[in-house]
Amino acid sequence: MKNKNIDTQEQLTSILSTTQAEYMEIRLEESETTRVQYRGREIEDIVSSTAVGGNVRALVKGGWGFVSFNDIDRLKEWATLAVNQAKQTGKEASSFSFLPPVKDRVNLEKVKKDPANISLSEKKELMDQYNEVIWSIPGIQTSIVGYADGQKHVTFANSEGSFIEQSRKDVSLRVSAVARDGGEVQQAGLSIGSKGDFSKVENLHSQVKTTAKLAVDLLSAPKVKGGEYTVVLDPVLAGVFVHEAFGHLSESDFIYENPQLKEIMTLGRKFGGKHLNIADGAAIPGLRGSFTYDDEGTPSTKTYLIKDGILVGRLHSRETAAKMGEKPTGNARAVDYRFAPIVRMPNTIIEPGQASLEDLLKGIVEGVYVKNWYGGTTSMEMFTFSAGEAYMIRNGKIAEPIRPVVLTGNVFTTLENIDAIANDLDMNQGGGCGKGGQFPLPVSNGSPHIRIQHCLVGGR
Amino acid sequence: MIDEILSRASKVSDSAEVFQVNAAETPVSFETNRLKQITTRQSKGVSLRLIRNGKLGFATASGEVKPQDLVKRAAEAAEFGAKAHFELPASYSHREMQIFDPEVEKLSQDKMIGMGQGLIDSVCAHNSELKCDARVVKAVVDVNIANSRGSAANYKKSIFHIEVEGTLIRGTDMLFVGDGDTSCNPVTDYRQIAGAVIEQLELAKENVSMPTKILPVIFTPHGVVSALLSPLVTAFNGRVVFQGASPLGHRKGEKVFQDNISLWDDATVPFKPSSRPWDDEGIPSQRNSLIEKGVVSNFLYDLQTGGMAKAKSTGNASRAMGGMPAPMASALIISAGETSLEDMLNGMEEGLLIENLMGAEQGNVMGWDFSGNVLLGYRVEKGKVVGRVKNAIVAGNIYELLRDGVILSKDSRWVYGHLSTPYIYVARLSVAGKG
Repeated sequence: MKNKNIDTQEQLTSILSTTQAEYMEIRLEESETTRVQYRGREIEDIVSSTAVGGNVRALVKGGWGFVSFNDIDRLKEWATLAVNQAKQTGKEASSFSFLPPVKDRVNLEKVKKDPANISLSEKKELMDQYNEVIWSIPGIQTSIVGYADGQKHVTFANSEGSFIEQSRKDVSLRVSAVARDGGEVQQAGLSIGSKGDFSKVENLHSQVKTTAKLAVDLLSAPKVKGGEYTVVLDPVLAGVFVHEAFGHLSESDFIYENPQLKEIMTLGRKFGGKHLNIADGAAIPGLRGSFTYDDEGTPSTKTYLIKDGILVGRLHSRETAAKMGEKPTGNARAVDYRFAPIVRMPNTIIEPGQASLEDLLKGIVEGVYVKNWYGGTTSMEMFTFSAGEAYMIRNGKIAEPIRPVVLTGNVFTTLENIDAIANDLDMNQGGGCGKGGQFPLPVSNGSPHIRIQHCLVGGR
Repeated sequence: MIDEILSRASKVSDSAEVFQVNAAETPVSFETNRLKQITTRQSKGVSLRLIRNGKLGFATASGEVKPQDLVKRAAEAAEFGAKAHFELPASYSHREMQIFDPEVEKLSQDKMIGMGQGLIDSVCAHNSELKCDARVVKAVVDVNIANSRGSAANYKKSIFHIEVEGTLIRGTDMLFVGDGDTSCNPVTDYRQIAGAVIEQLELAKENVSMPTKILPVIFTPHGVVSALLSPLVTAFNGRVVFQGASPLGHRKGEKVFQDNISLWDDATVPFKPSSRPWDDEGIPSQRNSLIEKGVVSNFLYDLQTGGMAKAKSTGNASRAMGGMPAPMASALIISAGETSLEDMLNGMEEGLLIENLMGAEQGNVMGWDFSGNVLLGYRVEKGKVVGRVKNAIVAGNIYELLRDGVILSKDSRWVYGHLSTPYIYVARLSVAGKG
């Protein structure tokens, strides 16, 4: 994919080298997306989309001007507008980490199966099979099978002289099974994503079947009584937990201009026990959130947020890093050309400990075992996350299934309450993160099984 | 260009429709009490839907459009597409609707900056420790529809939006307050918004704990949005109903809710941001009753879903994110009642007033169960708010909640132009608190 209408590099360089802004960047993006969705027994839609667009961002005296557009041939005009808007905004000295220029081209990673080489009818055929699997389970009321793949080519250039081209692919599958009995409706879901490898969404028939059975089983499951419980989280839900409960708080755009928050997030503050280690980064290879350069042209890194229970790092854009006197971490991301980059997580991980799942369950007289996810959200201090599956724990054993639950807590006490971490790290690649109206951003998160004491569970 | 796409599409299909949106949006953003960024978003998108051998094909393009390529992709998709259960309209409506105010387009960026800063200043005057983010947005949207049966229509809409969110931090305790408004007219008087935020700050001065028990709860209009809106929107969606996944699908004509509850969808209210002369398939907007005095009266349909369900389109097709049309609520209105908020509170021996429930839309929405953290809510004792509740989660079922014991306030308000609702009192909700 290459837009032939503009001699990109030359034109960008000419605009950027003459800008009146202290810093200016231009991103141009071309993308293609294919979506296949079943709802019920029938196919609902097959959609093919293309987009060509871009943006200009300019910094003047601490103020930003941002212009996004579809009319690429009016680029010069947009650049002038962005500078004027920045001038109108800026009133003080800018804080921005300037970086050495980078000239690079990042090609698509080699994958086992490229969705571009797979025909639409083959994709449809696979979704057909998954849908059939769901409908083979008695008690199913309806199903949703949604598949999407996309490819994106981004050209980034800035007034420091960087010129970076990056291509990326994304594949995602979301399967929902809905069961009904009279007025009772229950659903169960499965989300899989990959950085462009179609083979990751193949051969999932038995997992789809388990999901459909779960939806039916939930109809007869009782609701838990609301209150505080000892909970054990499976790796998938623990991944969502670390993303919501701690990851978002580590995004420095929330902290950097607020003195009270800076104090709360002072490096060296104890957040958890010695066994707690949390890292995040796009430089961890092979994951859905991985990339080489972020959307400000900063090379990706892996950043420890918590080491041995102590706060040791956080996620930065070039502006937040400069304001806080720290190094950029390559975490400025934009969901697409319509948005300015903001601080985001790519891949967030609780590192494995020594224990087994059995060790975690041991000694729990009455607790809740939660698996899988519907979603999660955070206010920074408070977070909620909802399980896709839940079971009572009785006398150290996983016992009867219960209706899926929503768990909530306060990040400053809950991390302290993680008292055991297992050794079975697993990654959840099916998530899409939303922040500041930018959704869904491909992310991954992962963890081993973890145990949390005194966790608040909503229920009857 | 629309004509070229249609003429090419006609050669490979039975019928075809082009939908085109051009938009210009200018958000002015404030961060930590200061102007931070001025944005301009120019966007152009076109989508083609065609019916070929009775099957639907769909393709979209943002930015550069190559008509030949768009038609080819839509025709390919139609090979595997869903069976079409409708015909494209033979003619589109040309009625006028009050959704465009030239004053929005004329608003200068300086004026918008002044409004945002003024709103922040009036809130911070009440509490100087408060850190505010704010947004003032103007937008103009130009919508075109045309089909191969020779019909075409167009409308233009202006949108103005203003909001403020304040954060107050004491130790690790964080308080989030905020309000805003959206309209097709400029909202020049922001005193009401500032007043609402100041009231939240006043009520939240003290933190109190909450016991674990079943209690009566009042949802404020914002609280209704955070807890009830997405389950209601899902249950009345004709597509969910047709698939048999709505908890109300089999209960049309039955009395399911208390008889003081009426709910309707209305995209014809003048100058509301969801209003439009016709929906995203060109079907005229109308007022659709969903609950009439407690009785389930209808569901919301687009052409395809209506065709499958043997029902008529209710003018609720929406193309979120440039996708295929799908039924969606436009602006929901919940009937007001006869009780004042004071009387509602006075009748409460012990209870909870909920302003914002976090995470409630992420549970089993189809099953009408909801559960969320009380992000902003107040404990009520003997008719008086005694403080802000922290560390509490509530859980319930919408159907059980709205079946009996519901009181609606006589005052209602629009929340961001998408829902108009009174305060809603429910008799019994499970609350779990810490400490």
